[in-house]
Amino acid sequence: MAPSETVATSEHQIRIGGFGGQGIVLAGMLLGKAASLYDGKEAVFTQSYGPEARGGASNVDVVISDSTIGYPLVTKPDVLVVLFQEAYTRFRPSLKEGGTLIIEEDLVHVEEDGFKYWPIPATRMAEEVGRRIVTNVVVLGYLVGKTGVVSREAAEQAIETTVKEKTIKLNLSAFAAGFERAEQDDLA
Amino acid sequence: MTPTSAAPKVEGEDLAARVQTGTHFMLGDHACAEGALAAGLDFFAGYPITPSTEICERLAHRLPEVGGKFVQMEDELASMAAIIGASVAGARSLTATSGPGFSLMMENVGLAAIMEAPCVIVDVMRASPSTGLPTAVGQADVLQARWGSHGDYGIVAYAPSSPQECFDLAIQALNTADQYRIPTFIMMDEIIGHMTERVVIPPAEDIPFVPRKTPSEPPGEGTFLPFKPDEDLVPPMAHAGQGYRVHFTGLTHDEQGYPRLTAAAHEKLVNRLVDKVRLNAEKIVMYEEYLLDDAETIVISFGCTARSARHAVTLARQEGIKAGLLRLITLWPFPETRIRALLDTGRVKEFVVPEINLGQVRREVERLTQLPVKRVNNPGGAMITPDLIIEVMER
Repeated sequence: MAPSETVATSEHQIRIGGFGGQGIVLAGMLLGKAASLYDGKEAVFTQSYGPEARGGASNVDVVISDSTIGYPLVTKPDVLVVLFQEAYTRFRPSLKEGGTLIIEEDLVHVEEDGFKYWPIPATRMAEEVGRRIVTNVVVLGYLVGKTGVVSREAAEQAIETTVKEKTIKLNLSAFAAGFERAEQDDLA
Repeated sequence: MTPTSAAPKVEGEDLAARVQTGTHFMLGDHACAEGALAAGLDFFAGYPITPSTEICERLAHRLPEVGGKFVQMEDELASMAAIIGASVAGARSLTATSGPGFSLMMENVGLAAIMEAPCVIVDVMRASPSTGLPTAVGQADVLQARWGSHGDYGIVAYAPSSPQECFDLAIQALNTADQYRIPTFIMMDEIIGHMTERVVIPPAEDIPFVPRKTPSEPPGEGTFLPFKPDEDLVPPMAHAGQGYRVHFTGLTHDEQGYPRLTAAAHEKLVNRLVDKVRLNAEKIVMYEEYLLDDAETIVISFGCTARSARHAVTLARQEGIKAGLLRLITLWPFPETRIRALLDTGRVKEFVVPEINLGQVRREVERLTQLPVKRVNNPGGAMITPDLIIEVMER
């Protein structure tokens, strides 16, 4: 008989909320791929699916675990990234106590309630790196730097094997910008 | 497409294009499409419908790359008719749909059964009946897969629980369809179709391939009887264009394939259509066991719900409940022999059947036992959580 599995001790539920065009689907996909293919963990990636996923508000969810993932959906994220106001309003209540909240500081206004959160001007940072279109990867870099849910190496490998070849350099720069800002925030 | 055999017709580089060997982070729907390609799919006809559309999309892009044909049809009746036509021309053929389209396919499912035209129908289940909740999960087409077309006939239906299994069972389904000359179903659900997880695609030479049986005599002799079965009850199959004289009809027919409208001919034919699956059930049936050996509470589940069930069983064991999981990989045939053997141990006290419908698999379990069969249901729209399953176990 197969031994009873242990219920995962370190399971992360990550949710990224944004609007159409911010590239959150790719960000979630890269995160799951990094965990599943390059960090040797289990990972499930899902996205909100419905009429609202076309142009309006949408979210992507990633579950990362050291053992087999049964229930594949995110119910109570311990990492929440919101890139616009409606996503903040909708998902903030679901965030686990003591979880990590990351916001796009130019697009989200937080009602201060003493909860520690991490503001990041992701869109402006992407413009500084070269193109606004890599906002999603700046955010991914920050998320990885801040939480360590996947290794930097795994995330970079996921980028290199997923994005178009001529944009790999740009995306790696965007990732580095986000990652390094997270490191600075930790020191501050 | 040459109308010869259903064996993969491409070698060398084309084979590499067909089988994307490697480790992927892949959507369930895409994994199903890739499994079909790896198994030598030649022909797809379908009409896109949520949540199966990504199977269509993937095959529209990929099938022409490997020399196959993709046709978007005017509706699902035509889609089903087209894959039957391609099948008797020698192609490995498949369609994909969801509940509303599945209902429209039912008439021609019976035609595939009586013509003994091997084909695969993928149904990515969403909340039903009718249009229901188009983008949300359901598992309520279980009995429709078995009994959806009028009359008695045998079919096989698989229920994958992960993107990896979508890939593996697409191969299995195409092989089973050809081996027994039956319509075969892949009963996915929205959660499994729309989740992305690791999928390992093996080297092309490791993909199992079960070809159709072909006639032993050469064409032109005039002696070949296209519906004369071998000992396994399955007749060898001649394809259109090979030079054999064949006749296909939805009417009751004799071994020549010609209409024979008598009760005696009908009994012989329909019994064989049922028996070629029934008598091979033990070879066809597939399930996975988890902690069943000493289990007193047996959870029976399938598809996405089996993932919650497995989690629930793990948690229940920590609470000291002797629970185990029997995960159905084939919905049909149903693993009756295994369940009867579990009952014979005298150890089982109850069954728990979580499913996203109002009791379709539970009905099958109740048929086999007088013990309590507890239900954990919703009619669709949301997954059943592990917590809810444990709550019912403790009741």
